[in-house]
Order: sequence, then C-alpha cells, then structure tokens
Amino acid sequence: MLLRWWRRLTAMRTAIILLFLLALAAVPGSLLPQRSLSRNAVTRYFADHPDLAPVLDRLYLFDVFSSPWFAAVYLLLFISLIGCVIPRALEHFRALRTPPPPAPRNLLRLPDSGRLDSPLAPAPALDAVEEELRVRRFRVVRRETARGPELSAEKGYLKETGNLLFHLSLLALLLGLAGGKLWGYEGSILVTEGQGFCNTFQQYDTYSSGPLVDSDDLSSLCVDLDQFRAEYEENLTASSFTADIRYGEPNGEDRATTIGVNDPLRIDGDRVYVTGHGFTPCFTVQIPGGSSFDDVCAPFLPTDQTTLASEGALKLPDLGAGQDDQLAIEGFFAPTGLMQGGLLTSIDPRPLAPQVAIIAYQGYLGLDSGLPQSVYSLDATQIERGRLTEVGAANLSVGETLDLPDGTQVTFSGYKEFAALQYSHDPGQLWVLGSAIALLAGLLGLLLLRRERVFARAEAAADGGGTVLSLASLTRGGGESRPRFTALSDDLRDALATAASRTAPDPEVPSRD
Amino acid sequence: MTESALAELSDSLFSVSVALYSVALVAFCAQLAFGRRTERTREVVGASASASGGVLLDDAPQAAPRPAGGTDQGNRWGAIAIGVTALGALAHTGVLVTRGMAVDRLPWGNMYEFATAVVLVAVVAYTGLALRTPNLRHIGVFVLGPVVLALVAIGLGLYTEAAPVVAALRSYWLAIHVSAAILGFGVFMVSGIASVLYLVRSRPGADAGTGFVSRLPSADVLDRLAHRTAVFGFPIWTFAVIAGAIWAEAAWGRFWGWDPKETWSFVAWVVYAAYLHARTTAGWRGRPAAWVNVVGLAVMIFNLTFVNLVSTGLHSYADVG
Repeated sequence: MLLRWWRRLTAMRTAIILLFLLALAAVPGSLLPQRSLSRNAVTRYFADHPDLAPVLDRLYLFDVFSSPWFAAVYLLLFISLIGCVIPRALEHFRALRTPPPPAPRNLLRLPDSGRLDSPLAPAPALDAVEEELRVRRFRVVRRETARGPELSAEKGYLKETGNLLFHLSLLALLLGLAGGKLWGYEGSILVTEGQGFCNTFQQYDTYSSGPLVDSDDLSSLCVDLDQFRAEYEENLTASSFTADIRYGEPNGEDRATTIGVNDPLRIDGDRVYVTGHGFTPCFTVQIPGGSSFDDVCAPFLPTDQTTLASEGALKLPDLGAGQDDQLAIEGFFAPTGLMQGGLLTSIDPRPLAPQVAIIAYQGYLGLDSGLPQSVYSLDATQIERGRLTEVGAANLSVGETLDLPDGTQVTFSGYKEFAALQYSHDPGQLWVLGSAIALLAGLLGLLLLRRERVFARAEAAADGGGTVLSLASLTRGGGESRPRFTALSDDLRDALATAASRTAPDPEVPSRD
Repeated sequence: MTESALAELSDSLFSVSVALYSVALVAFCAQLAFGRRTERTREVVGASASASGGVLLDDAPQAAPRPAGGTDQGNRWGAIAIGVTALGALAHTGVLVTRGMAVDRLPWGNMYEFATAVVLVAVVAYTGLALRTPNLRHIGVFVLGPVVLALVAIGLGLYTEAAPVVAALRSYWLAIHVSAAILGFGVFMVSGIASVLYLVRSRPGADAGTGFVSRLPSADVLDRLAHRTAVFGFPIWTFAVIAGAIWAEAAWGRFWGWDPKETWSFVAWVVYAAYLHARTTAGWRGRPAAWVNVVGLAVMIFNLTFVNLVSTGLHSYADVG
C-alpha cells in the first residue's frame, strides 16, 4: 500500500502535475499584493475590499510564497524528485561500471539498422569498426557468441550525469534558499549626510530576520554617510546615485569607499546597498527668551520620484517650557520649487531652488502616549482633539523665516541629502549561486549530449569471401537518429574499405545493389 | 549623423521592416495557394540529404523526384518569401542598431525595444530553420502573420522615444540578462507557433482534403521542430533567470524576491520544464505535451504584456513611457 503510494508519487506523471501545481500556486502571488513586497499595498487592499480581504488572508493569499500550501507543493515535488533521482543515480553508477549489454538477437529489427559488406574476414572487419567507434569515444566491448563475433558500444554517459546533476542541483538550490531564509536578515534605515548607523536591530527603521538569527550574532559593523550624490541626464532621467561612506568596527579604524546603484559594499558575506534617496530639510528654531536650536533636521519622504517632492515632519518635544509647549513642523519640500496657483510644487529632482511649505503647530505631540507614531507625519488625533494647534504657515526659501505669534522664529536654514541604506546578510547566497551554475551545466549536458548504443555482428558471407556486418544503433531520447545512423554507416563503410585496401592491395569490390 | 537623425532613421526602418514582412507574408500565402501538398519523404528537419548507397536501410529517406507543374511556381513563391523575409530581418536589425547608436547603449532598455528584439530573434530563428529545411517554408504564413501583428501592436502600443535609461539599468548585466531573455523568448515563440500548428495538423482527419492544413508539414516534423527549439530555448531561459537573479542581488539587495516579473519568469520556466518532461512521458506525448508548450508561450506573452503594463513591480521601468 505504502509502496504503491510511493511509486505513484515518484512517477513522472505526478511530477508533471506537481510542476503545473507549482506554476499555478505562484500565480496568485503576482496578482494579489504580497506582504513580503509591500505591506502598504496589502493594507490598501484590506481597505478597498473589507469583505474579501480577510477570507483571502485566511488562505495565506497575501503571503503566498511562505504559505503552507505553497510549501506543500514544492516539498511534494522535491520528494517526488528525490524518489526519481536517487534510484536513477544508483542505476547510473552501476551502468558506469558495467560494459555495454550484448547485441539483441535480431539486429535488423531495430529501426536504425543495416548491412555492410566487406571483403575482410569477420575479426578484422570488427577491428575496423571498433577502431572507428573508439575514435568517436564509444566504449566498446567484443563478445564471441553462437551467432558469430559481435560488438557492443556505448557513449554519452555524461548525458545521464548531466541529468542527475541538474536535478540534484535543484535540491541543493532549495537547501541554500532555505538556509538563507533561516539564518539571513535584512535591515533598512534612512541616513542623512553626516550621520551613520551600526548593525543592530534597534537602529533599523524596519528589519526582518530569519527564525534562527540570534541578534547577538549580527556582525558588528558601523557605516557613516559622508556625502550622497545624484546625477541626472538632460531629460532628468537619473543616471547615477553614489554614496561616499566610511565603514568599520565600532571604535575601530574606518575605511572609506563609494557605493551606488548596482555597486553595493560587500564584506564577509554582508552587503550594504543604496536603495533610495531624498532630502532632509533643516531648520533653526529661535525661542523668545534666548534659547535656540540650530539646524535641526528631519528626512522628508519623496512622494514623487521624478521631481522628489517630499513630505515630512519635524518634532521638537523638548523646547524646555513643558508638555503643552511642544513645537512641530509639518511640511512639503521641493528641491526646485515653483508656485502654481498658490501651491508649492516641485519641477526638478535637483536642488536648484529648494523651498519648503510648512505649517507650524504648538501643543502636545503625544509622543509619550505609548502609541507608536510615524516619524514622517504628526499624530492627526492630537490635532483633532485640539491638543495640537496650528500657529502659522509659510512658504520659505533657504534663509527665510516664519514668525510665530508667540515670538518663536522658524528659519529654513538649508538641506542635506539622505540615502536609504539596506544591510543584508544571506549565508545561503553563494551556495545558491553554486547550485544554479551546476544546474545550468547539468542542463547543458542533459540537453546537448546524446546517449547512443551501437551494435555490430560479423558473419561470414554466404559465398565464402568476406564478411556481412549487421549494424544497428539505439539512441535514448529519440530525435533524428536516422541521418546520424546513415552518416555513421557511411563512415564505417569507408573505414572498412580503407582497412581492406591496407590488407589486400587489390580488393574485390563487393557488388552493391 | 546626429542622434535625433539616427532615432528618426530607426523609426523609419521599423515601418520598412513591417512593410517587407507584409510582402513576405503575401508571398508565403501565394506559396501555400500555388504550392502542392508536402512530400512525406523529405520531412526530416535538418536532415542532411545523404542518398549514397552501400548501406541497405529499410525505409530510407530519399529525395523523391519532383513532379512538374504547380510545384515550381509554389517553390518560386517560397523562395521569394524567404528572400523578402531576410531583407525584412535586415531592416529590423537596422531598427535596433540605429536605436542603439542614437541612445549610445544597448537597444533593449524599455518594452518597445525589448519586444522589437524578441520578434527579430523569432524571425531570424525561423528564417534560419527554413533555409536549412525548405519544407518549413510552408509554415511561413503562420510565423510571419503573428510577426506582422506583433510589430504593428508594438509600434502602436509600446512605442517609446529614444531616451537614456535609469541608473539601475546601467550595468553590464543589461547586456547579459536582457539579451538572454530576448533570445530565449524569441526561440520559444517559434516553438510555440510550431506546437499550435502541430495541434492543428494532428487533429484526426487533417490529412484528408486539400485545405491549407494538408499543406502543412507533417505532424511529426512540427512536433520535432517545437521540441528542438524548446530544447534550445530552455537553457537560455534558465540562464536569463539566473543572470537576472545575480543582477538583482547587486541592484535590489536580494537575488530573488518574488517580484511579479520574477514570479512569472519562474512560472514560465516550470511550464517549459513540464513540457520537456511531458514529451518523454507515456500518456503525455503528442497533443497533451504540445498544449503544455502553448501554455508556456502564453505565459511568456503574459509576462511581457500584463506584468509590465498592469502590475507594479521592480521591473516597471521596462514599461511604456
């Protein structure tokens, strides 16, 4: 019973159906938003389809590629594959050490078969055939049988080796993928010029890590961003993003390098990428009564990638006066600002004429309320409740100042650039690459090489002079065996003729009909 | 020549190649109309005509003497059609070369250029096969028809002005990954068309009558053509996916992230793997396997059109625009 199920699972037919299921199972992952790609898109989908989304969620349709049913399909496929490949590998190993099998009883019944006449005696005729086949890298075995001397030859063992390599590489690739998922991690952070971060989960804006990652095992590396540069073509297509960084162990020696798009920092299996960029406007806040906060900056998130129009907020909870005297600035940053119908817009991603449109609020920010809030916007509920009130608004160029009713002065003092950096660790990566290369090599061997057997039997010709050779070939995997067999027999005929002319200077030409 | 003049020349050559392909299409139609039914005996794809004696082969392929009459006329049309197709392919190559010179980069930075290149690969692959095996000229209509339709759709729907590409695409992996994808896709296109024709040809009763179906190469030849091209395309596609993963690791910070394009490339790979298995599995040989191949082509086309135009993913800069 169990054996029957095992046989059924490892049958080729099942494998094909599982392949189809795998293809089919991947489809919803590209049609529905996925948490692994964009959490926001999933949240939006929940808002747009409040009835449908929870049902889909229960079916793991927003986490297709980590869902149990997707795993079930590929695990079944891999079990089927193991069940198919292991016996074949053993058989292949045995075949490598056994000589080609004896020729079938009636050679001329094989689809690719024919007769060759030669004036040579049976043994030398077979010698000539054997030599020709050995030149073609066949493994040749001669046998004496009741029906006469015969020859079996085989080549193309590498085809099956390629086949096995291909399928085993698939398994290795899956293992590498799984290892990378279990022991890998990834963290993202926005870093403004002049600032930096160290590789700990506490510092990252967002991170994800495999279940077997111990946060103590993170490699200790710190990265500082010195300068970020974005270059553009005439039509404002971004041509390059580069970040000058310094990196090294904390409290250790720094090393400087430049990373950019397509060119990450690679050190000991860890990588640091630039995944985005934007602007960090800076403000100087002058409190009436003397104290002043110089150049406090906050990164603003680009809302439009082509013009880098950005939005963000600057929160100043500690102005000193008390809990209800906090100050916040929410606003819009335009690298190249243009007033259109009373609204500030950005027309160019390069900082040619940076401007901000800001609204200043005073009151209680609610940062210590225990509820997490976004760094890039103010808590709208505090504004609704009246705890945070608007006290002024202005469009400012660099150096311009907004005067608030209580005498506070907010000056747009300048801007810096920030880079979105990503720190990645995937221990399975090289393993996967190696498997992929082996997979391709196996595939090429499997598809380009040919497994071929050739049989020949020599019988003395009926009229007493010479030999009649029966010849046949078998090709595994089909294809056009006929023209190749024709070519082989042509060559063998030539070889026999040459051999005959060597032994007998004046050979009898056998009649051809 | 200035860059804008080169870009304009590229656009004109596009029209020229569509016109030439249309002429070739008419010539292929004429061949199908005036030619005679195909000869069973000369239907070995890529067979070297070896008719020398000496070996007694049962059922040997021999070049049958050609009966005079409508045949020569049909053959002449076929030769004209292949000639014009080759000219069209030359103009078509010119489209990409001048486009590449105009923007000073490889001419496959957006969907218009990519799709144009894919169609060129399909045409070149078919022309090469048809030159080696004259019998395949009988399916010219069914290759050139989709080619003309595809080019018109590309010209009307996907046209993009010559322009530089974004920073992420400025990598030597563009040459490696995208070239392999174009090559694989173009070859799969020929394979898919052959399988569609096989499905038409292998229907019961297709031999009867004098309609165009009976003038197609035999089901065997079409099946073998589909298989051989798929066998050629599969490693190339595998390489394209692997190269894409290597590039993604450098550009996006991970080698595989189930981006829609990645997902559908994987789906296509799995379907073609299923086709290659199906063709050697009892119960799947023949029509079921051919259907799998057709599904594979459908997935490839879906991956190009829907995934680029409708869904949003990291490959979306390959979009129209």
